[in-house]
Amino acid sequence: MTEQAESGWETVIGLEIHVQLNTRSKIFSGASTQFGAEPNSQACAIDLGMPGVLPVVNAAVFPKAVAFGLGVGAEIGMTSVFDRKNYFYPDLPKGYQITQMDYPIVRGGKVDVLLPSGITKTVRLTRAHLEEDAGKSLHEEFQGATGIDLNRAGTPLLEIVSEPEMSSAVEAVAYARTIHQLVTYLDVSDGDMSQGSFRCDANVSVRRIGTPDLGTRTETKNVNSFRFLERAIDFEVARQIQILEGGGRIIQETRLYDPDKDETRPMRSKETATDYRYFPEPDLLPVVINEKFVADVRATMPELPAARRQRFESQFKLSNDDATFLSSSLPLAKYFEQAGQTAEDFRLAANWVRVELLGMLNKQGLDIGESLISATQLGELLRRIKDGTISGKIGKSIFDALWAGDATSVDEYIESHGLRQVSDSDTLTPIIEKIINDNTQQAEQYRSGKTKLLGFFVGQVMKETGGKANPQQVNDLVKTALDQAPP
Amino acid sequence: MHKLSIAEQRQCLQRGDFSALELTQHYLARLETGGALNAFITTTPELAISQAKRVDAARINPGRAPDTTPLGGIPIAHKDIFCTEGIRTSAGSRMLDNFIAPYNATVVDKLNDAGAITLGKTNMDEFAMGSSNENSYYGAVKNPWDPARVPGGSSGGSAAAVAARLCAASTGTDTGGSIRQPAAFCGITGIKPTYGRVSRWGMIAYASSLDQGGPLARSAEDAALMLSVMAGYDPRDSTSIDTAVPDYRGALNNSIKGLKIGLCSQYMENIDIATERSLFEAVKVFESLGAIISDVELSNTRHAIPAYYVIAPAECSANLSRYDGVRFGYRCEAPADLKDLYKRSRTEAFGKEVKQRILVGSFALSAGYYDAYYRKAQQVRRLIKQGFIAAFQQVDVLLTPTTPGPAFKLGEKTNDPIAMYLQDVYTIASNLAGIPALSFPSNPHGGLPTGLQLMGNYLDEATLLNVAHQFQQQTSWHKLSPAWEAP
Repeated sequence: MTEQAESGWETVIGLEIHVQLNTRSKIFSGASTQFGAEPNSQACAIDLGMPGVLPVVNAAVFPKAVAFGLGVGAEIGMTSVFDRKNYFYPDLPKGYQITQMDYPIVRGGKVDVLLPSGITKTVRLTRAHLEEDAGKSLHEEFQGATGIDLNRAGTPLLEIVSEPEMSSAVEAVAYARTIHQLVTYLDVSDGDMSQGSFRCDANVSVRRIGTPDLGTRTETKNVNSFRFLERAIDFEVARQIQILEGGGRIIQETRLYDPDKDETRPMRSKETATDYRYFPEPDLLPVVINEKFVADVRATMPELPAARRQRFESQFKLSNDDATFLSSSLPLAKYFEQAGQTAEDFRLAANWVRVELLGMLNKQGLDIGESLISATQLGELLRRIKDGTISGKIGKSIFDALWAGDATSVDEYIESHGLRQVSDSDTLTPIIEKIINDNTQQAEQYRSGKTKLLGFFVGQVMKETGGKANPQQVNDLVKTALDQAPP
Repeated sequence: MHKLSIAEQRQCLQRGDFSALELTQHYLARLETGGALNAFITTTPELAISQAKRVDAARINPGRAPDTTPLGGIPIAHKDIFCTEGIRTSAGSRMLDNFIAPYNATVVDKLNDAGAITLGKTNMDEFAMGSSNENSYYGAVKNPWDPARVPGGSSGGSAAAVAARLCAASTGTDTGGSIRQPAAFCGITGIKPTYGRVSRWGMIAYASSLDQGGPLARSAEDAALMLSVMAGYDPRDSTSIDTAVPDYRGALNNSIKGLKIGLCSQYMENIDIATERSLFEAVKVFESLGAIISDVELSNTRHAIPAYYVIAPAECSANLSRYDGVRFGYRCEAPADLKDLYKRSRTEAFGKEVKQRILVGSFALSAGYYDAYYRKAQQVRRLIKQGFIAAFQQVDVLLTPTTPGPAFKLGEKTNDPIAMYLQDVYTIASNLAGIPALSFPSNPHGGLPTGLQLMGNYLDEATLLNVAHQFQQQTSWHKLSPAWEAP
């Protein structure tokens, strides 16, 4: 931003995000939405737009769209209407897309976006509407011809349209991440960007600072990673500024981001603006939902990320960083809360989840949902650390045992392996005395001021007790013993 | 056998006077001699024979329960707009000349389940666009009353086939009069039910918000038998009405004493003398049966045709986009590129009238024209609907002519689209409003049939069939058979 400010240009960005709803069947047919099937094996007569077929709306899309609307504080369209958007393209079987134009299901709304700088920016939404996805054109595999795969045709989408209120790639990405977090939290979408479940179109324009009117925008379509989104916008901003500074003008067009070359390039020109000839879809009746429907959706909604983050900070006294991190996804947040509750110590749980558990998961390339240790198991383990039954070090070895499947019950494992922490001074004192007697030279040095040697003695005691001694207690006892005059 | 009504044929079949196979073979033989009428696009003798054998097997086998199917063994024909599994379904277009439907329309399934025998698929105006059946890729259909005249359209083949006794009854579709006008021209009875009463699943769409399937038959009684089977809720059609189907046949003999019949001056403009005379003769018959005749105003009637010729083409322009040469249907030879594929496939395979309506519809939906045409037409449509609702608070049914005059000569109006469109001046309003309407034969003139129309309130098909049946108990116009039929 500063860079741009220096250059005298400002950037205006609006995003259209296509979120694939995680319903089992398509929005207007009973065909499966499973990703990665053989081309055209999941396209029924309706998806193919065969003569005489009719769409029937999959009722599962409405609670999801409404949940999103409530999540962004939008007005819910109690009557929403499907429309036909007409254009010819080989992967659009009917020659029109069924979408919502004048009466979308979600109207307005806003999200608070936490920027990397720590500042929170509010981005307003224009709308979000339900529509069907098109198929895919496969240009590569067919020499000189184009293959059409209609498996994706009819997949339910929620298109989320923001106001043009972001002023840098960083802001746009932060906004997109916030929406991503929300739709996965609300179980609206699996959010899997590699499978195209979350695709961003970036409308980008630049203008001289102080200019009232928006510059001509380009639309960079179907960016399917946050990193690419940032790079695509940065490229596009630089390109536009360069053209304008060279005295050129921006052509309103659709562009495509090529990650290999890290550039955007024109896809099709919108100079002759396509007239989509929208009109209400006569094969579908207007969708009317009532207050009870909305209330029912609201009742089943989980706590949203921002609220959860604040609660983690205030209720559990987590640092802002821990709270942000642990509320970033619903499964992670749920895991953490469960572990913390069982352990009766949320800060301890926060630390273990972030360091030990995520360290292990990352190493193995697993998701939180695939953890081999349940949140309750981890909580039980932490409870035993907290109440002094075991030391943290022993705790880590039990963690490994749990992960490896060698242990199931933490308490049983502690007992059967004799791992209970020794904090009984009657047991520890003779051991300490013996170690001091065996190392008189070091004891002398300690007493003459080399107090760093305390660690050496503690280490020896821990070694002697197989790590089971309570380190804090050992520390105190060793210190007392050494400070006494030699016999 | 072909002179018998459906009820009589059923009786004979049940008594064993003849078998379903004999009846079917009798009709198949008639089809061959009736070829000159060009009423059929496809005949299905093998299917018909196998269906007839199945009905006979069920009837003769003493172990089986008696045949209670309502139409067991009755040979019928389907307008070639209803998809029939494994059988070409062309919609009268070169575009679908090679299209073998992979599924049955709901109407076809229901009639199959009721034991009806499918003799074949009847000729029609291309994609149901026309009022003379001259717009068929398969050539014009000839009126059996006078082969120099048209049978009406778009269900011209269905009407001619029933009139010429080539089948006991047939299915048709009616978007602006396409069942009633040919029924009137061919001297038979046809009913367009309430929009949503008969499923549109598998019925190739022309104008989705107006299209409605219904039967063409020799009498109101036969039409009632057919409609009882065809009507009913279908979850695959979102515009289908979910209410029980009444006993149409049971209501046929209700007395119409005290029934209020409305006459409307707006439906007498441009009427020819013979038709007008037949209307007043009918009024006398109804009065003799105790009906009460009164006048009703429907002041917006004159706006029906212009509104229709915006809405229907608008919807058709989108409905016909799927015919692009990509997935099914006609594809031009050696397309140079995608645009060429679209352009030539559609140019070569669509007829003139279809192209004209696609163009009109695309224009009406275009940015800048939408409000003036499409939106305005929808407003007119609401007014027409309100007019009918008000009228049916005063009367039970409306009695009007079906057409301004009798069947015209082949080629007479092909170069005058407005004159052709005016054929539907009395029938179109009920499609716009969605109310049921029936055409029944009245006193013919000069060897040509005339038809009268009854319009009723929503879902009140039973009363229309009842009133027409009562008329047919007093008259024998419906029993006349065309000259073609001379022994």
